[in-house]
Amino acid sequence: MRPPADDDLARELQQQEVAGGLHRFDLDRRVFLEVLGGGLLVWLSAPAALGAQESGRAAGAGGHPLPREISAWLHIDQDGRVTVFTGKVEMGQNIRTSLAQQVAEELRVPVAAIRMVMGDTELTPWDAGTFGSRTTPTMGPQLRAAAAAAREALLDLAAERWQAPRATLAADHGQIVNPATRQALAYGELTRGQDLVRQVVAAPPGAARSGTAAPGATPSGAAAPGATTPGATPPGATTPGAPALTPAAAWRVAGTAVPKVGGRDFVTGRHQYTSDLARPEMLHGKVLRPAGFKATLALLDTARAAAMPGVKVVRDGDFTGVVAPDAWTAQRALEALEARWQVPPQPGSRDLFAWLKANEETGESERGGGGGPAGAHVTGAVEPAWAAAPVKLAQTYTVQYIAHAPLEPRAAVAEWQGDRLTVWTGTQRPFAVRDELAEVFHLPAARVRVIVPDTGSAYGGKHTADAAVEAARLARAAGKPVKLVWTREEEFTWAYFRPAGVIEARSAARADGTLVAWEFHNYNSGPSAIATPYEVPNQRIQFHPARSPLRQGSYRGLAATANHFARESHMDELAHAAGIEPLQLRLHNLAEPRLRAVLEAAAAAFGWSRRPAGGGRGCGLACGTEKGGYVATCAEVEVAPAGRTVRIRRVVEAFECGAVVNPGGLRNQIEGAIVQAIGGALFEAVEFENGRISNPRFAKYRVPRFTDLPEIEVVVLDRKDLPPAGAGETPIVGLAPAVGNAIFAATGVRLRGLPLAPYGVPAGTPA
Amino acid sequence: MAPTGGRGPAARRNGIGTRIIVNGAERQVEAPPEESLLSVLRNRLQLTGTKYGCGEGQCGACTVLLDGRAARSCRVALSAAAGKRITTVEGLEQNGRLHPVQAAFLDAEAFQCGYCTPGMIVAAVALLQRQANPSDEEIATQLAGNVCRCGTYPRILAAVKQAAAALRQGPAR
Repeated sequence: MRPPADDDLARELQQQEVAGGLHRFDLDRRVFLEVLGGGLLVWLSAPAALGAQESGRAAGAGGHPLPREISAWLHIDQDGRVTVFTGKVEMGQNIRTSLAQQVAEELRVPVAAIRMVMGDTELTPWDAGTFGSRTTPTMGPQLRAAAAAAREALLDLAAERWQAPRATLAADHGQIVNPATRQALAYGELTRGQDLVRQVVAAPPGAARSGTAAPGATPSGAAAPGATTPGATPPGATTPGAPALTPAAAWRVAGTAVPKVGGRDFVTGRHQYTSDLARPEMLHGKVLRPAGFKATLALLDTARAAAMPGVKVVRDGDFTGVVAPDAWTAQRALEALEARWQVPPQPGSRDLFAWLKANEETGESERGGGGGPAGAHVTGAVEPAWAAAPVKLAQTYTVQYIAHAPLEPRAAVAEWQGDRLTVWTGTQRPFAVRDELAEVFHLPAARVRVIVPDTGSAYGGKHTADAAVEAARLARAAGKPVKLVWTREEEFTWAYFRPAGVIEARSAARADGTLVAWEFHNYNSGPSAIATPYEVPNQRIQFHPARSPLRQGSYRGLAATANHFARESHMDELAHAAGIEPLQLRLHNLAEPRLRAVLEAAAAAFGWSRRPAGGGRGCGLACGTEKGGYVATCAEVEVAPAGRTVRIRRVVEAFECGAVVNPGGLRNQIEGAIVQAIGGALFEAVEFENGRISNPRFAKYRVPRFTDLPEIEVVVLDRKDLPPAGAGETPIVGLAPAVGNAIFAATGVRLRGLPLAPYGVPAGTPA
Repeated sequence: MAPTGGRGPAARRNGIGTRIIVNGAERQVEAPPEESLLSVLRNRLQLTGTKYGCGEGQCGACTVLLDGRAARSCRVALSAAAGKRITTVEGLEQNGRLHPVQAAFLDAEAFQCGYCTPGMIVAAVALLQRQANPSDEEIATQLAGNVCRCGTYPRILAAVKQAAAALRQGPAR
């Protein structure tokens, strides 16, 4: 199995924007229309610039008549039903609803008239995956453009039908209406008997957002949203002009708290996650796990398991698994396997930070850093500025590995029909999983179908194909469909982790708090949000990849949490060193108006200027920006006498992500991010030694629970004048530094490692 | 489902038949007596609303009512459930009408990925049966065994209070 994607926004974006297997559709547009029964089909093709980049791969399309890039389909059938096809997946972030809202807005239909087909490699266009907070800024505008093009096509049809001036007609509630004549035609009446295809060029990725920093990852120079594609107009297609997108200020469906699509199925238990699926004659599988990482099998006796009724033992290379008619028997069979392993000595969590510093990956860093040629971002000259400054500070911060622990563990159901493979699995990257399955089983990708049921969350943790490959391997051997559901312990051990890291920060300021020098080195944890948002003339910022002792990968917010923790803790320390109030120090050094706006909004809502102090209480704040979102967090903590427990009493967070698509869903994401952040801030850490995870259970790995819940107030700044940015990640980054700073305010103890206080605040820690 | 009566001949012969009452219907289950109730519900009775989350009673995703009390079905052996009344999330809805706790969760949109939701709802039903008007702190303490990794606790708290109010006011269902 391949390692998961690196924790690196630049690479994530690269993965998302470099097309892979798009051109293996079995259906061309004609066939597609026949399958759908005629009507109106609109497809989104990607910008010309990206298409050109990909032309080398596109040549492998086998003469397929499809355009080089398609990011979404939208179809209106002969009864006016709207179906949207996108490769994005729903895992609790509510995009099934927010994307449908945006289509409804442009198409002037109720949300209920739209069906979203998502994350099915046979039905939906290729997509790199659902990660990096990219759905809202990229897929949103693309679907809006498709819907607007469909709306324009319907207006054309009605104008022709009525021989009426097109400009006098309007689209409203699933109809084209002529206010002058009071005529109205439902969309289905217009599309019936039609066989129409329209093509629009999508906005280039990133064109509709602002403020994110992923150096070199965003193609530019591409066509504007909705522009007519140059050349290669398919037969039967019309070429619309650029349909105008409805501005956010005029939204009626988007921008409102539309209830979650299919919400009722989640409260009745009817929604079927991967782990709930059943197929005819399905067997249940289990995989034999090594006794530790990098272990080799010394001895295996399968006789006892193989003798169990209905049980089959499957061996292939280093893979051993069992299948049985029911899950209980499969587990018993797994336990009946007698295996002996040799586990080599490996670094443990006690030596972790020294290891990461000592095991830097040398050579040219692929992952980049602050954007410089050697991965370093340098402006001005740090040394002379540091030497001359009256206030200076150097500190080291650390973050531990943490686990995603999605409540639905990895699961897959695999079914072979001859040499065709179908796998249902909860993954953020259905097409990458398809490609990996094709590679592992030596199949053309067109013979592999991956379907992603709405998933029991992921938080960046479900990028890989592990469970899918395992289930498919077992199913092939068994000759029947197989379901594989990882146990919690497997999930905690054999998935991958948020990278641990060491961050060294050094800063200097004038006596009035003006920053003059900033140096920042992140070892292993990642480069996301490594750039400082503060105005500093002399900077050196660098990410140093290291050889990680544990398998690591993407996690909600990536390294933005670690880098914000280090930077905002350091800013707090600098404020105390300079004798300047922490909020004032930040505002003094911040120019970015959007960041200033959230900081001021959070401070005002929190009552920062009259914050409580004394009696074990203290308050802290932090702010930052990442992925087009701006966040500021204020926290109040209460530290029990003798420091035994830290309780977060109150959190106020202000967030701004451009125009808000669904304020209800957005608040849910922000509140959820704050709660999830409590774990990494206060107590979550993966402990390991010699290739074994020591705390792979909820009884030993503490996650935030109801009793950890502080009073939370969320302030959303809705900027209808700005394009929407994603919101699934950035709201998580402010909590940890705000809490660390609050603990300092409460106790005078400065904690520089995440988690901050798994066993309380250590007594006598020097500030 | 029609009651199946006592142990069938095949079950008696194998010694593995167990009678349980699930959502008001008697079910005869042929499974090892030590198999977990969770496994029986999900894998043998296709009642997949009850979720696996940890297998050690730490997350609450598998919560069911056992004779009216919240129980972690992953830690209950089939033999221990014999003859008992089991209510799963599927049994809360009556004649197409949501239980007030379900209705409140839906109304407050007290879920994100929704995986913890059935267990959370069943635990809240049990809580409100014991305490008609719980405080915020009581709700937090009594639902502390149910993990929501998406962190939807603020809305769950609101939903439980909303359901409590509805149950206190509303006519008996």
